[in-house]
Amino acid sequence: MISITSDPIDISSALTLLQSDQAGAVDFFLGLVRDNTQQRPVDHLEYEAYDRMAISEMQKIVDQAHERWTILECVVVHRKGLLRVGEIAVLIGVSTPHRADAFDACRYIIDTIKQTVPIWKKEVFTDGESWVNAHP
Amino acid sequence: MNFPISVLLFGITRDLTGQSSLSLPLAEGAQVSDLLQVLTDQFPDLGRIRSLMVAVNGEYAEPNQVLSVTDEVALIPPVSGG
Repeated sequence: MISITSDPIDISSALTLLQSDQAGAVDFFLGLVRDNTQQRPVDHLEYEAYDRMAISEMQKIVDQAHERWTILECVVVHRKGLLRVGEIAVLIGVSTPHRADAFDACRYIIDTIKQTVPIWKKEVFTDGESWVNAHP
Repeated sequence: MNFPISVLLFGITRDLTGQSSLSLPLAEGAQVSDLLQVLTDQFPDLGRIRSLMVAVNGEYAEPNQVLSVTDEVALIPPVSGG
């Protein structure tokens, strides 16, 4: 299940989607909004997505993970809109028969999302703002 | 003969242009690289971005892809999800 949502991300409903009698492992990666990026206090983050393409790019990544590892179920949820420090921005969940595949697939999915999926975040500091990665 | 192409703008490109989409006249047979040229001529600030990709109908496009009036075109500044 792949989605983009404006609502808070619910870990327990993701866990339900990952359950399988064949699963010996479930891994989650949670990406959180962090304070004090670049030594500056963060007021909030604003996430924006090109929804249609973001979903299809995330689907490609999940398909690639299925080709490389034995995955039973996979959940990817990315938040958009205004997020405060401590909130979950992205959840990756993978269930597999054995734990090594769960760790590897989870890491691959989040690392690749950060490279190719058209989602952008603006850090709004108490003293200014900037789009992450946009400038040299 | 020119045709209009509408371009979706996100993130820093929306902030720099002040618009979430804009319509540009392109010549028949224009490619993605021509679109980028027209855009950076019109909005020189776009040249300050680390990289600028173009998506056509929801897929990353090569510079030599030819555009048509029915394409959904989007500018993709450096992504920062996660």
